Amino acid sequence: MSRITTPFRPFANQYRESANRYERAFGKTGGQSTPCQFLAVFLFTVNYLRKHYQAGRTAFWYAKVGTVSTLERDPDDGMVQVLDDEGGVVGDVPDLPEEEFVAMYRHMKLARHFDERAVSLQRQGRMGTYPPLSGQEGAQIGSAMALAEDDWLVPSYREHGAAMVHGLSLKETLLYWMGDERGSLIPDDANVFTPAVPIASQIPHATGMAWADKLKGDGETDTGFLCYFGDGATSEGDFHEGLNFAGVFDTPNVFFCNNNQWAISVPRERQTASETLAQKAVAYGFEGVQIDGMDPLAVYKATTEALEKAKNPGEGERRPTLIEAVQYRFGAHTTADDPSVYREDAEVEEWKKKDPIPRLERFLRDQDVLDDERVAAVEESVREEVADAIDAAESTVRPDPESMFEHVFAEQPPELRRQAEEFARLREEYGDEAFVEE
Amino acid sequence: MSTQEQEATQNLTLVQSVRDALATEMELDDDVLVMGEDVGKNGGVFRATEGLYDEFGENRVIDTPLAESGIIGTAVGMAAMGLKPVPEIQFSGFAYPGFDQIVSHMARLRTRSRSRYTLPMTLRMPYGGGIRAPEHHSESKEAFYTHEAGLKVVIPSTPYDTKGLLISAIRDPDPVVFMEPKLIYRAFRGDVPEGDYEVPIGEAVTRREGSDVSVFTYGAMTRPTMEAAEELAEEGIDAEVVDLRTVSPMDRESIVESFKKTGRACVVHEAPKTGGLAGEITATLQEEALLYQEAPVKRVTGYDVPYPLYALEDYYLPNAARVADGIKEAAEF
Repeated sequence: MSRITTPFRPFANQYRESANRYERAFGKTGGQSTPCQFLAVFLFTVNYLRKHYQAGRTAFWYAKVGTVSTLERDPDDGMVQVLDDEGGVVGDVPDLPEEEFVAMYRHMKLARHFDERAVSLQRQGRMGTYPPLSGQEGAQIGSAMALAEDDWLVPSYREHGAAMVHGLSLKETLLYWMGDERGSLIPDDANVFTPAVPIASQIPHATGMAWADKLKGDGETDTGFLCYFGDGATSEGDFHEGLNFAGVFDTPNVFFCNNNQWAISVPRERQTASETLAQKAVAYGFEGVQIDGMDPLAVYKATTEALEKAKNPGEGERRPTLIEAVQYRFGAHTTADDPSVYREDAEVEEWKKKDPIPRLERFLRDQDVLDDERVAAVEESVREEVADAIDAAESTVRPDPESMFEHVFAEQPPELRRQAEEFARLREEYGDEAFVEE
Repeated sequence: MSTQEQEATQNLTLVQSVRDALATEMELDDDVLVMGEDVGKNGGVFRATEGLYDEFGENRVIDTPLAESGIIGTAVGMAAMGLKPVPEIQFSGFAYPGFDQIVSHMARLRTRSRSRYTLPMTLRMPYGGGIRAPEHHSESKEAFYTHEAGLKVVIPSTPYDTKGLLISAIRDPDPVVFMEPKLIYRAFRGDVPEGDYEVPIGEAVTRREGSDVSVFTYGAMTRPTMEAAEELAEEGIDAEVVDLRTVSPMDRESIVESFKKTGRACVVHEAPKTGGLAGEITATLQEEALLYQEAPVKRVTGYDVPYPLYALEDYYLPNAARVADGIKEAAEF
């Protein structure tokens, strides 16, 4: 089992890049600097030094860099990174067997292709409204791959890629978005919670689940509970209440914020005046870390460390962690949304330079793990898997209409039984064509 | 429990029987835990959890942060993982920050997950007026919860029923909203068995047999209704009083059965009239027993105004006089 080693990368090169990034961020190429800009450069450089030369574990970062917001400044600024935008190594590469890196790459390709096909199905009228994930594969796959089989994944509604890694089939995800309740019947052997549509409302559940586990274990636990939500969710009361309870009761949670910059049309700066979302963890008494969410290796590392801390906190450490994974939603909020109304194409193109998939691919090619032939093989197998999932979902017989009356209570109350009988009579008398619009 | 122990009784108030039910069930089932604001060391602002903290410890009688959505939402997560949490909302008027958790998740999780995740949780909340409380401490909004499929809603009116129904609620595999009539928390005592017993959810009880008119009520309104029925008996009107005990799922059979006997009905609740359960009961009678009907169904309810501050609450709440007036109207039509 070969392992990937980290090649040396000269500091000077990195510094030049960071300076270039600074210029891009301010739209300046020369001339006089204001004191504020000078300070920003200084802090920027200090941070780069700290980031790349700090020994040991990933640096947890409470943002204190400059005064620009996440969106305005270069997304790399101050965040935990393993790969740079081009797939070059700038941090400690996780110690994983080669096939795990290939699996990570394949999962990301699978999630991307699934996403493209799902959007296309919606456009063709073969599926209902669907929330795309393109651009967010690094965050989803990198974090879900950090989970042990017994760990729990508590998703919002966009984590198709993460849920797939942890045992929910693509067919089920398709069924759910095709309007079939059976799509949210999670297989018994997958520790995945049901998707939550009301924003942030799953956060207290994740806290309660983790808390229950700890209570059942008399204060000990070897299970981590990874909960996903977006940047918009951090403005909700349930974000506060869920994280606050987690801090107070020291629950084994990892709160994973997919900061994709946009809550439908509202940008990250409109959600909070905080410089980072990660820093909100300070108020709950536990660690927050801001990572490059489009760098799957940084995501994997930070999530692995956070899960480990959730299960085995060090002396004086609290179990929970808030991870802010800075990333970008390439597509629309859902297929019902038109992002051209509220954001510029240029911005999208800028973020596409950070696309997690070519980044990991470049890295794996540099390590001679991937070549044209292996990439082609992955692409072929991914196409087949998605096509099979679509076939399976589309060939699934529509749900029995009377199943609507099932799974409301363990035992059907009399009035519900009467309504089910009335419903059966109507179908019998008029036929389904009287009720179903085609 | 031996038969002898089962038969041993204690004379308890309604709120004491809440506490007794919790203690009984916590003793029997390690998965049951109590959580909420001031429920631990303080024993609850109404003393409903008094002494439980000392008996069962801080991990089963949990003082939480002051956050209703957090309390209900974390209880959802706990219940999904197999515990049986009994979260308390201090007053029903403060449940609304947690309303999203109640309707979007408590009520729906079984359906959404096709029964993989179920919620054996009981959400306790004192409700109702008449205790001279500040604003937001007196409302009766059970209709919010009965309108939500997937929830059971229980409202006891006696110490005996309170213990039996609360034990049933805790043991129920589905979420139960358990609304406690705080007006009668300490109004009277009743015999309550010491051991564990269940009063079935979904079954009404006839508090007074009668032949002239059926009166349907529940919770704190049971008392003025019984008082009114006794007064009217002296005037020659023989009212039957049916205490629903569970408002969802409602015991429609018992309601219809009583109505078929009398052909006349009066419904009493302290909740506002419009959208209240009296409308549901009236509609049920129309659907199931129209040909038995001899008079319009009378509704004696709170008014469609925001619950008044307490200087006027006696005018707002149905009392024996108003109930008697309503029963007479139905009986004499």
